[in-house]
Amino acid sequence: MAELYQTQRAMRNIRRAALQRGVIGILDIGTSKIACLVLRFDGTGTFRETDGVGPMAGQVNFRVIGAASTRSRGMRRGQIDVMAETERAIRTVVAAAQKVAGVRVDHVIACLSGGRPASYGLAGEITLEAGRVHDHDVASVLAACDAPDFGRGREVLHAQPVNFAVDNRSGLGDPRDHVGNRLACDMHVLTVDGDVIGNLVQCIRRCDLELAGVASASYASARASLVEDEQELGAACIDFGGGGTGVSIFVKKHMIFADNVNIGGQLVTQDIAQGLRVPLPVAERLKTLNGGVEATGRDDRDMLDTGTGSGEWDADRRPVSRADLIGIMRPRVEEILEGVREVLDAAGFDSMPSQQIVLTGGGSQIPGLDGLAARILGPNIRCGRPLRIDGLAHQFTDPGFSSAVGLALFAAHPQDEWWDFEMPAHSYPTRSLRRAYRWFRNNW
Amino acid sequence: MPDVIDHRPNRQPPSQPKRDPAPSRLQYRLERMWLRPIWRRAVRVGVPAFLVAMTAGLWLSDPDRRALLTDGVQQIMTKVQSREEFQVRIMTVEGASPVVDKALRAMLPVDLPASSFDIDLTALRLQVMQLDVIESIDLRIKPGGILSAVVKEREPAILWRHARGIEILDKTGHRVASVTARDVRPDLPLIAGEGADLAVPEALALIDAAGPILPRVRGLVRRGERRWDLVLDHGQRIMLPAQGALIAMEAAIALDRAQDMLGRDIAVVDLRNPSRPVMRLGIDARNTIRQARGEPILGPDGKVIQEDDRKGG
Repeated sequence: MAELYQTQRAMRNIRRAALQRGVIGILDIGTSKIACLVLRFDGTGTFRETDGVGPMAGQVNFRVIGAASTRSRGMRRGQIDVMAETERAIRTVVAAAQKVAGVRVDHVIACLSGGRPASYGLAGEITLEAGRVHDHDVASVLAACDAPDFGRGREVLHAQPVNFAVDNRSGLGDPRDHVGNRLACDMHVLTVDGDVIGNLVQCIRRCDLELAGVASASYASARASLVEDEQELGAACIDFGGGGTGVSIFVKKHMIFADNVNIGGQLVTQDIAQGLRVPLPVAERLKTLNGGVEATGRDDRDMLDTGTGSGEWDADRRPVSRADLIGIMRPRVEEILEGVREVLDAAGFDSMPSQQIVLTGGGSQIPGLDGLAARILGPNIRCGRPLRIDGLAHQFTDPGFSSAVGLALFAAHPQDEWWDFEMPAHSYPTRSLRRAYRWFRNNW
Repeated sequence: MPDVIDHRPNRQPPSQPKRDPAPSRLQYRLERMWLRPIWRRAVRVGVPAFLVAMTAGLWLSDPDRRALLTDGVQQIMTKVQSREEFQVRIMTVEGASPVVDKALRAMLPVDLPASSFDIDLTALRLQVMQLDVIESIDLRIKPGGILSAVVKEREPAILWRHARGIEILDKTGHRVASVTARDVRPDLPLIAGEGADLAVPEALALIDAAGPILPRVRGLVRRGERRWDLVLDHGQRIMLPAQGALIAMEAAIALDRAQDMLGRDIAVVDLRNPSRPVMRLGIDARNTIRQARGEPILGPDGKVIQEDDRKGG
């Protein structure tokens, strides 16, 4: 844990250095597309009123000066499958975004959607010697959280203090200077596979970029697409991605649960390709342009052009109605939503005070999805789009870019994590600094 | 999808190279390097500057070409400078005495007509200002090829006799010229003594104040570089204080007016202490007093003449 603490602290320092230089890159590596935003931090924090972007969620001190997205390559289920291909895709998108921005990007913040995320709720408790909570008490109560065995090769991606309690007063956001005898905290820890995150780090390093932070994709998209009240009162954000569907639950502005359903939009495309016997690009085009989940009588007469370009009349002019396409898509989408339902049940979402569910991600643009989701997940459903941020072009404001926008918010205002607090001095191992330095030199 | 599909047996397979949209690693690195401002500046400014400098250097490395270049530049310069428009033909001098006029013309480093580029007006002005007699000079080249010098000479105000001769000073004490004898300028008052030239304005004021006794004034003597002695004829002398000499002088003239002080046999009027003027009587006056008292009279050296001396003499 101490090593992780040091590396995360080092990433925070890199982020601070990048903010001082004023330019930071956002790299959203998804299964179907890779997006890169280049942010310029003015440092002034002055609010510019530009078409409807308000000073809502602390996005005022930066603006997007370059954005690009490209088809993802070498990714499978939110993880890096072929490293060289992913590296090429990252190079493509970074070069394009740099060209738009006209500045060089050295530090990026990336997000990770795969890697089998697992959430843990930890609790810690200490007695206060001074009778009052000081800074070091907060750090020591976080260090006192008893961590379960995460399993082999698991890395902590997020460790956020969710709740503090002093004596019997619970629900404190900031316990400092509270008077009491006992300080307890709840911490939410999200772990992922260490190899997956190591591959991501390696891939980004091979593109001459420095990693200034890593976040979970479901966390990032929830930060962008849940409005402030939903984050405060409690809501679940479902991010329909290409390789997987991310689920995250927020309450009191903190993420308390995150998981991933391993079925995504690419599986729907595969089904269409198999069912209609068309190539994958054609299936993708059919899904995007003509897809849906609710068939009507008109859809039987709505014939689609499956132009596969094979040169055979039978294959090219095969009549496919839109109802056929919907008939293939709907069971898969239902399966995804069932998976989400299971995850939400496992997380105990039913006992949450608010049952708000927000659908986002590229897959949430399927027409009629909100009606289907309302039948499976619950009545309070809305399709969420990411928060408007300054300077972002219109084509990057659709739901598929909510995790990129969320990462931009994360870069501007990261929530407090365990490594933002000074570690209590007695829990430093003797050689930890040197080991952290060596790890840093070897791996970054 | 193409509208017409080529089914001919000898058709060429469509040659569409599947291009990778990703930049190669080298291209990616070069692009990123190019986005560095310092690198961009180096390439945009440094490389052309280096190329120009290198070409010039290579061309100039041959001494023949260098000589050719300098000769060409020199030729063009002389051709331009010797144009009719730049020629200076005459020199006019205003406000100078004939001697100074002659000296100025002699000081001109080039023979007229000459190009105005060859006449360095600043250096010429500095050189002319070395002459003591010239207070200021306005040198300019006027259109029409005229070198105009408007000279203002220093006006002689006083003569200063010192150990090395006699000099004419102007009213600020600056040297104007030297003279061999005092008779050359009998109209000017005379001062003497070390450091007298530093107090010329005071001396002039004293001489102005000396109005009624001016015909008797021989001159002013600077004493110890701090005060003046007014020397009159018949060996009379008025010793003035260092501070308030003018007031003391007016007091002495008032005494003279009221009591004809200077007409009497008084050798020295000592006004060095303004509150207590002291007078030293001449030797005849003292002898007259002594005779009246029946005391032995004094000789010209101020000593008592002994009876036996008189007998012997």
